[in-house]
Amino acid sequence: MTKRIDFQVDAAAYKHWRVSYEGPVAELVMDVDENGGLFDGYLLKMNSYDLGVDIELSDIVQRMRFEHPEVKVVVMKSAKDRIFCAGANIRMLGAAAHSHKVNFCKFTNETRNTFEAAEADSGQKYVAAVKGACAGGGYELALACNHIFLTDDSASAVSLPEVPLLAVLPGTGGLTRVTDKRKVRRDRADVFCSTEEGVRGKRAQQWNLVDEVISNAKFDTVVAERVAQMAADSSKQDVAQGIALTPLDRRFGEDGSVTYSSVEVAVDRAGRKAVITLHGPKEDAPADMDAFTAQGAEAYMLRLAREFDDAILHLRLNEMELGLWEIQTQGDPEAYAAHEALLLENADHWLANEVLMLWKRVLKRVDVTSRSLVALVEHGSCYTGLLAELLFAVDRSYMMEDEFEGDNRPIAAITLTQANFGTVPMGNDLTRLETRFYGTPEAVVAAKDAMGAALEAEEADALGLVTEILDDIDWEDEIRIFMEERASFSPDAMTGMEANLRFAGPETMETRIFGRLTAWQNWIFNRPNAVGAEGALQRYGTGVRGAFDMERV
Amino acid sequence: MLDLINVSYDTQIPNNVGLSEDRKVLKALEKWHPGYINWWNKLIPQNFQESMVYLRTAVSVDPKGWAKFDYVKMPEYRWGVLLAPAVEDRRIPMGEHKGDLAWQEVPGEYRNMLKRLIVIQGDTEPGSVEQQRFLGLTAPSLYDMRNLFQVNVEEGRHLWAMVYLLQKYFGKDGREEADEMLIRSSGSEEAPRMLGAFNEETPDWLSFFMFTYFTDRDGKMQLESLAQSGFDPLSRTCRFMLTEEAHHMFVGETGVSRTIQATVEAMNKAGITDPYDVNKIRDLGVIDLPTIQKKLNLHYTLSLDLFGQEVSTNAANAFNAGIKGRYLEARIDDDHQLKDDTYTVWDFEDGKAVQKEVPALTAINMRLRDDYTRDASGGIRRWNKIIEKANIDFALKLPHEAFHRKIGVFAGKTFDPDGEMISGAAYDAKVNDWLPTHADGDFIQSLMKPVYEPGKFASWIAPPKVGIDNKPGDFEYVKLHMA
Ligand SMILES: [Fe+2]
Ligand SMILES: [Fe+2]
Repeated sequence: MTKRIDFQVDAAAYKHWRVSYEGPVAELVMDVDENGGLFDGYLLKMNSYDLGVDIELSDIVQRMRFEHPEVKVVVMKSAKDRIFCAGANIRMLGAAAHSHKVNFCKFTNETRNTFEAAEADSGQKYVAAVKGACAGGGYELALACNHIFLTDDSASAVSLPEVPLLAVLPGTGGLTRVTDKRKVRRDRADVFCSTEEGVRGKRAQQWNLVDEVISNAKFDTVVAERVAQMAADSSKQDVAQGIALTPLDRRFGEDGSVTYSSVEVAVDRAGRKAVITLHGPKEDAPADMDAFTAQGAEAYMLRLAREFDDAILHLRLNEMELGLWEIQTQGDPEAYAAHEALLLENADHWLANEVLMLWKRVLKRVDVTSRSLVALVEHGSCYTGLLAELLFAVDRSYMMEDEFEGDNRPIAAITLTQANFGTVPMGNDLTRLETRFYGTPEAVVAAKDAMGAALEAEEADALGLVTEILDDIDWEDEIRIFMEERASFSPDAMTGMEANLRFAGPETMETRIFGRLTAWQNWIFNRPNAVGAEGALQRYGTGVRGAFDMERV
Repeated sequence: MLDLINVSYDTQIPNNVGLSEDRKVLKALEKWHPGYINWWNKLIPQNFQESMVYLRTAVSVDPKGWAKFDYVKMPEYRWGVLLAPAVEDRRIPMGEHKGDLAWQEVPGEYRNMLKRLIVIQGDTEPGSVEQQRFLGLTAPSLYDMRNLFQVNVEEGRHLWAMVYLLQKYFGKDGREEADEMLIRSSGSEEAPRMLGAFNEETPDWLSFFMFTYFTDRDGKMQLESLAQSGFDPLSRTCRFMLTEEAHHMFVGETGVSRTIQATVEAMNKAGITDPYDVNKIRDLGVIDLPTIQKKLNLHYTLSLDLFGQEVSTNAANAFNAGIKGRYLEARIDDDHQLKDDTYTVWDFEDGKAVQKEVPALTAINMRLRDDYTRDASGGIRRWNKIIEKANIDFALKLPHEAFHRKIGVFAGKTFDPDGEMISGAAYDAKVNDWLPTHADGDFIQSLMKPVYEPGKFASWIAPPKVGIDNKPGDFEYVKLHMA
């Protein structure tokens, strides 16, 4: 087996980033160790990144929220001279398997989205202080920040050189954010994205590629002043003390299974299936947010979200042949509801908010996971509130109806809570129920009317909350046939079909990134013009240009 | 018909490219001109601007007799646009278009790459003038002052040459880049020059000589490889620049020779044989040989950095595209495409510097650097002859290429001048023996007293063997304006 990619990193030993904190301002300094690549065969020169660099960034961004709630502005910088960031490492991309490239891009996109949303979600604003070349994925990092300072030294430029240089797209949100976020006029965006050297100085500001262009000699001073002002103007509440995100309780089994304190991953290689079980709480809900805060990372709702998140990432990157994920929950719905209710009732408490926002991100990860997803609502299950949300994230769901012989677990029921009606919207800015019932808003109203009730199979079916309810006689066979059928379909067709069906309704920048941009990028990643032996990506660095098939498709 | 050999003076800008018939480019250049003059006027101290300097001006691009000498005030120097004569039926000498007719217009697909190369080359030209702007104040003789100004005005002309290419062939972008050339400035915090060595100070005359010997030689190598370009106007421009560049290196080599000459003569006269008897030697008003070695170490290594990374995609792209060739491309016996060739480069593996084979196409920089080192070692041999003749037991040498590097595989690691990797502590303990210290700087500075009397020289430098334009020893190369 190839090396397992671990998404848990030691925060005391980052290889590629340095973070320093001063009151409400944190400095996030990119200083990529060129010998610290995740795999062999490439050097991370000029602050270029691979998945390992991004895993650290993701960890930092997460910790910034939980461990450093006092931070209101995060300034992203480079420690390298004359280079901000050169983007994703091209040799790494050239050598990587298609599946790795796709998952790499997905993860990096999720991380960009996370720090971009940190301002709206928790009042933590990321800004980029760009000195030196800021190219491709480097500019995409800056684009995901909500303010970009660029130095005016007549050399530093922002650029998206992917098309002219590599025959691929700026696929980590680049094309989309230029038009949708920065609202650069489309013809200028066209010029910008086909110019290898990019745009510098005043023109970068005129075109709105950056927010401010600052004289080089005064750059650091002016940025510090502006950042201090942003921190002073921030409406983020003052929080003196964060909580520590302690290491996860996690064990890997020989057979590929993973056991966390509240999440279990079982592997069925023959069936190309992973079974992910989320367990209800063993302990009572904390009395109040003070008690919750005292529990810190051990608090059930936070622990469960972190464990589930890690399981998702592990399966995505390390278990690519497990094309079907079966989601299970088990536990006491009422006990779970008490834990969740504490957060919902205290949503204005910084930590309650952070935990709910984490759930929002984790559920979004589920939405964009390119695996067939099925949820089974078995007896003894715990599909309440945020966990019920899983039913609306998956492609299909099946629910047990009535008693099953020899099964003495409590009868299966689904309970909707406030969390299903706006706390954790999807990337399209609708709730999962709104998306599910796109075109029949009255169905959402009916579901809301049933909020709080334990809905057994027939009621859940009537409300349209599950795909199918099955009794003791049909259950086993129907489920088996569904799974066998699913496992036999082309994984490509499944990925495409599911990704299309999951996001009904309006487009947002986020859905455009994960849908339109990513899909085109992945198409290009499969085309000889980029990845063929004579393609631009393969030839990059050899001095020989890519040979293109000039037919427009 | 255009006379493409002799320079036309019918526009404000002397040229042999038919500018008077190319209204568009002429207009662009004339628009750029005041900015340039302004840059020049603000740069060099006023009394030198008013002085009459005995300078050569290019009047033709004919290899036999292309220049004439006369007194001129620098701001009135006729900076011109001069291209070497076109070679009939010239072919692209290398890369994937090898054998095709050379391009007379910029090929669209290589526009950016070409522009970048021209901008980088162009940026170095004014850079060195900026670095040397105050040296006139401490010139060891009028002869040396004249040489300094000659180099300066020609670097200015080289900027013109690059600006002409930008304005003629690169449209609006090119004009913007031309303007930026006057905005960046050496050592500026605001907008520094693009390459490191051009932001370092040139604090004294020994630095100037070392700079013209080592760093102008990098310029020579770059121009040599651009002279191979399939883009014919660039090739012709660089070929002519090379004729001027030769003089810059002459100034450097003879400047160091004369410094050494003065040192060994003074040592002989005082009966000092130990070259390391530094204080005694310095008391003679000359620069001791170990300090000269330190200066050499500094300037050589800074210049090596100008060649970029050992393995370089940009260099490979430029070669394959036919934009930039190798040193003496035509004399190299291979396919000029480097399809399967390899080249030995330095790399760093498991804490050790190792040599390994990489595709030759990606090692273009390294090859040029190796050619450079060979080219630079000639002068060292001649310098050592002077020391030898004086019977002093000392030899200058080029440090190992791993020493004191900021770019490439050796960057960020500590090596001694012999190329041994050593600990940071060991490096710190010895670095004062290898690179000039502030105290060395103070001493050299103490010698930098101007000598403005015709035919007289500062104590630390010997007179030249022959004068410029065969002028006699007491010739007044600069008629100083005393305000
Ligand atoms: Fe020059
Ligand atoms: Fe020169």
